[in-house]
Order: sequence, then structure tokens, then C-alpha cells
Amino acid sequence: MYTQGLDHSGPESSASHAEGASAALRFQARIDAEERIEPKDWMPEAYRQTLVRQISQHAHSEIVGMLPEGNWITRAPSLRRKAVLIAKVQDEGGHGMYLYSAAETLGVSREQMTSQLLAGAAKYSSIFNYPTPTWADVGAIGWLVDGAAIINQIPLCRCSYGPYARAMVRICKEESFHQRQGFEIMLALCRGTPAQQRMAQQALARWWWPSLMMFGPGDAESKHSAQSMRWKIKRFSNDELRQHFVDVTVPQADYLGLSVPDRELRWDATAGHYRFGEIDWSEFQNVLKGDGPCNRERMAARRRAHEEGQWVRDAALAHADKQRARATGRAA
Amino acid sequence: MTSRAEWPLYEVFIRARSGLEHKHVGSVHAADARMAIEHARDVYTRRQEGVSIWVVRSVDIVASDPAEADALFEPARDKVYRHPTFYAIPDEVKNL
Repeated sequence: MYTQGLDHSGPESSASHAEGASAALRFQARIDAEERIEPKDWMPEAYRQTLVRQISQHAHSEIVGMLPEGNWITRAPSLRRKAVLIAKVQDEGGHGMYLYSAAETLGVSREQMTSQLLAGAAKYSSIFNYPTPTWADVGAIGWLVDGAAIINQIPLCRCSYGPYARAMVRICKEESFHQRQGFEIMLALCRGTPAQQRMAQQALARWWWPSLMMFGPGDAESKHSAQSMRWKIKRFSNDELRQHFVDVTVPQADYLGLSVPDRELRWDATAGHYRFGEIDWSEFQNVLKGDGPCNRERMAARRRAHEEGQWVRDAALAHADKQRARATGRAA
Repeated sequence: MTSRAEWPLYEVFIRARSGLEHKHVGSVHAADARMAIEHARDVYTRRQEGVSIWVVRSVDIVASDPAEADALFEPARDKVYRHPTFYAIPDEVKNL
């Protein structure tokens, strides 16, 4: 997408205050009319910054998200599982690329985003700071983490910012295979030996609460939500999406014969919803702050990959420069 | 030496199948055009979404300015007679 290098602050800062205010009104009117905002369109600086933050965090999450599952590629229990896991991890990398590409239309460079991630200045989804000690964790990630991601992401396909919405359409199409392969892994374990069933149950116990936390803080605590709803970047509140996830996932756990690790979980027939227990937000805050089980390991792996790939990036550029110089030499 | 420089950005256009036009799908970074095509294949056609790829350096794209869209597209606005429905033809006349 072609807006890299555009000066987004220019028109807004040079316009008089009154002009800025009427531009903001026109902008909100377009949003209210469900029009999509495209890269070169006028937009409030705060809208642009919100999107840069959200899309880059989302991209980083996809990239870091390759690590917990990548851990199992060499140890997948069959060739079929291995091929599937490689394809899934490649998809996560691809999703990161779609999203970086969308963020770049807002005038932020890939290099800036990468260096923010590597410097530890950018956030990514806290779920990827949990370890994957057994094969069942790979199943639980596909089933629960990708399941939660789908519920979070489907409304983003209608996000007011065109490039983000289009990237999300592509991602959601591919995400469904991720969830189904995860559930299939869980199903195989649950139909297996008692030891395999135990492994599945323990993985559910590890991933259930972190998956609920993926929807973010409760509505009362969520500081960015109201403005994002007005801008139609966000369509449903964190708590609404979380409730939906619980409602669709509990029957799946029942089918597997697994028990959800929540004593307060019960079906509320009047409301037509499952009621669930209080989330331990202090754990969420800790992981977010950098003190989760794998935060340091994940960042170290990303930095190492970046540093060890530097010579490849340099060599490719040097080769391209040389080819170009030769072509110019021949032409002269 | 261009060390530490970022690979340039390329816009990617994909023909989904023969008979259809190439359509913009996103962008990739690559050291040169050939690598851009390979990256575009890996990023945008993992499920056979295309039979042909175009890449073009993003800096080479010239775009119209959305702020001037009204003026740019104004000439077509009052020419409804370019549409077939502008002409009233009696119902009993067929094949028009």
C-alpha cells in the first residue's frame, strides 16, 4: 500500500482550528455512514495513532505467536501433524505480514515497528508468554487461543479503516483451519489412553484462564474502548466477546469430556448464557508487565532471529545493488 | 554499501485466475523485484489464490488526492445521459 512517507500531520497542523473541527465532524459523519477510511483520506491524528498501536500490536502478536507452537514442529507425533503445524505457523507469519503491511499505510515504517518490538517498547498479546510443555498444549492453543482470536477478529473485518478490515478478512478465512486442527488434536487425545486424556485435561487447565484474558480488561476498566467504538474500530465490548467465547466453548469441552477449571461455571437458563468465575487480573497485569512465564524467552528468541538474519538482509541488498550497478553500466 | 537500510516496499497485485484482472492485495518488502515476487507468493498465495503476480515499487505509484476527489470526478456528475435508463422507450418496443 502506497502511503509510506506521506506527511499525515501536515494538513491537520496547518489547517486553522475551525477547519480542523469541521474536518473532524465530516470524518465522524463518514464513519457513522459506515464508509471506509482509506490511507490517504483525512483522519484525526488520534485515530491514526490508535490504529498504528492496535495494528502493530496485532502484527507483533502473530509474529511472537509462532514461537510457542514452533517449539513442537520437530516433535510433532506424526508426519501429518508436522505438516499441518508447519502450515499453521507459516500462516501466523503471513498474518503478521498482512498486518504490518496495513500499518505501513498509516505512515509508520516496518523498521520502526520491528525495532519497537525488539526494544521491548511495543506490546503483543500476553497469551504468547505461556509455555507449551506438552503436545496437548499445541491442541489447546489451536482450539482455545485461535478460537478466542476468531471471536475477537471477526468484528474487525468491518473495522472503519479499509486496509485493516481487508487484512482481517484474509486472516479470518485462514484462521478457521487453525482452530479445527487444534480441536482435532484434543479429540484424538481425549479418545486415547488415560495418560493422553490427562494430558489434554492439564492443557485445558493451563490455557482456559489465559484465553479468557485475551479479550482484555473488563468493560469498566478498558480505557480505549469507548473512543474505538465511536470510530468503529471496535464493534463489541471486551466482556461481550468474552461471554460469547465462553458460551460457544464450554459445550465443546463437554463434548471432549474435559472439565473447565472454574468451580463457579454454570448454565444460566434464563439468560441463555454460561456464568463464569472472576478472572485473576493480577496475573494478566504481571504478564503484561513482562513477568509472565516466558516473556524474556520470547523476546530473546525474536532478537536472536533478527540479529542472526542481519547478514542475509545485508547480502540481499548488496546483491540487488550490484545487479543494478551492472545493468546501469551496460546501458551507459 | 546499503547496510542497515530497509528493503524497499513493493505493492502486490494478483490475478486470481485467468480471465480476471490483477487486483491489489497488499505489500511486501524485498531487496529486489524477483525477491518481491517470491515474497508475494509466500505471503499472498499460500492457498493457490493466484496464477500471476505483479509487483511494483510503492514509491513509483502515483495516486489521485482524495481531498481533490470532488473536483477530479466532477465532469461525470451531470452526465446521466450516459446511462441507458436515461432514455424513455415505450414498453411495447422490444430488444432495446
